[in-house]
Amino acid sequence: MGKITNEEVLAKLTAAIGDNFTVIGEPYGLLTLETCRDNITDILTFLKNDTVLQFIYLTDLTGIHYPETEKPIGVIYHLHSLVNNVRIRVKVFLADDDVHIPTATTIWNGANWMERETYDFFGVIFDGHPDLRRILNVDDMTAFPMRREFPLEDPNRVDKKDYFFGR
Amino acid sequence: MQNHPVYTDNDPQTVPSTLNLGPTHPATHGVFQNVLQLDGERIISGVSTIGYIHRAFEKIAEHRPFYQITPLTDRLNYCSSPINNMGWHMTVEKLLGIETPKRVDYLRVIIMELARISDHIICNGVLGVDTGAFTGFLYMMEHRESIYEIYEEVCGSRLTTNIGRIGGFERNFNTIAFAKLRKFLKDFPVTLREFESLFNRNRIFVDRTKGVACVTPEDAINYSWSGPLLRAAGVDYDVRAMNPYSSYEDFDFEVPVGQDGDVYARFLVRNEEMWQSLRIIEQALVKLEKEPTDIFHADVPEFYLPPKEDVYNNMEALIYHFKIVMGEIDTPTSEVYHSVEGANGELGFYLVNDGGRAPYRLHFRRPSFINYQMYAPMSRGMLLSDAIINMSSLNVIAGELDA
Repeated sequence: MGKITNEEVLAKLTAAIGDNFTVIGEPYGLLTLETCRDNITDILTFLKNDTVLQFIYLTDLTGIHYPETEKPIGVIYHLHSLVNNVRIRVKVFLADDDVHIPTATTIWNGANWMERETYDFFGVIFDGHPDLRRILNVDDMTAFPMRREFPLEDPNRVDKKDYFFGR
Repeated sequence: MQNHPVYTDNDPQTVPSTLNLGPTHPATHGVFQNVLQLDGERIISGVSTIGYIHRAFEKIAEHRPFYQITPLTDRLNYCSSPINNMGWHMTVEKLLGIETPKRVDYLRVIIMELARISDHIICNGVLGVDTGAFTGFLYMMEHRESIYEIYEEVCGSRLTTNIGRIGGFERNFNTIAFAKLRKFLKDFPVTLREFESLFNRNRIFVDRTKGVACVTPEDAINYSWSGPLLRAAGVDYDVRAMNPYSSYEDFDFEVPVGQDGDVYARFLVRNEEMWQSLRIIEQALVKLEKEPTDIFHADVPEFYLPPKEDVYNNMEALIYHFKIVMGEIDTPTSEVYHSVEGANGELGFYLVNDGGRAPYRLHFRRPSFINYQMYAPMSRGMLLSDAIINMSSLNVIAGELDA
């Protein structure tokens, strides 16, 4: 397993960033933090550039939607320190009417498409992203389909209406 | 580097020409498009358009119980579906805290390594085709067929396998499967050696691939590359070695690492990985001899569907069958990230569970998607023919790209 423990990661992070984040827990050994969008760039930059931690690898960046909460849209970063073999998960939650978050493309080039995907499916606007367009869905789509209220099947489709089946 | 042709001002060719490479182009090996601006044969800039076979798997997964998500994972990287299937099963097992017996782990390792070989067969074979050598591809393809026949004995299907269940396999391996496996282990090394001797020092092949699309380790990490591509660039990151799953820690294998990160290095790394996979399978067969032969799944009746004949004749089996199908079993409210070494790199599953019947959120970390985003930037300044073989060495599988 990892060469440094989650406690050491936390201690280093607290020393550098202060208390600008909260620890959600360690589900299945993976340290999970929550922070706000004003601190996310600082935290990610510190995690990447710290000479001991070296979370240089952005494993994954994705979104999540918890409707009817105060801050329903979440952005989730998974980082991996290849040297220490430790992973960390950082979450940021955003209010529904203000889904802006600073881009991580300034830290990793690889964040580009992952952020485009998150924008495409959750409508998160990554400020400073060089090319924030839809990536998997069609360009003229207006909805953000991975939000919970978006139905799995198109309610407007007519080919499944009862009268086609004599009902 | 080749000399850049010089054009005069009134030469019509000073105006860049636009080339739509894809969505259905024989050189792209999949449904994705690159709009390239060309100056003669040199690429000035490119824009990748993807999403042509996006099937909203993450959305569908939010409406399906765990065991019905396995067929969705088939269709990610369909050249090595068993790795996806088992990666998903192991994610669920991690969430539920299921310990699988060693025999299950070893059987899984065999199937996953076969899948890795079949994926690398295609990638390296097609790389040969794109550089003008069809022969190697045909030799190798014969053995992909034998791998598919082994799948067929184990699970009944070939391409989209839906192999295994949460906790193990749906049925035990039969003797024909093992016989076919042993035959494959005997035949394939001969072909692989022949394949290597066709290519490794072939002047035409080396000239076409060496020094093409070099990637530095820094760039590879910055772009979150993984798998053979990252290792060809000189970073020895392999999930099997770093975070062993399915008892990979019991096996003795090497992680091949390249130096230049060019197409040739990727080719060599993939070839060497096939040798290492063969080594792993040989070891697994030896280890299997010490395991009880009748165990092929963990004892988790709450999650492992009982055999159909028991459902009708056995009260307990009927109850569990009903509970599994109706989703009546409590699952922990938690989140888990699990990754396996897919044929193209780190295949991750991020599963957020709220205790309900279906995942609250499931995200696939798809290596093809993440590897491919460097394609357009790195093609800049490249010759079109080099960009083509660069694309085949990236081994982008459209299903995994678009999910």
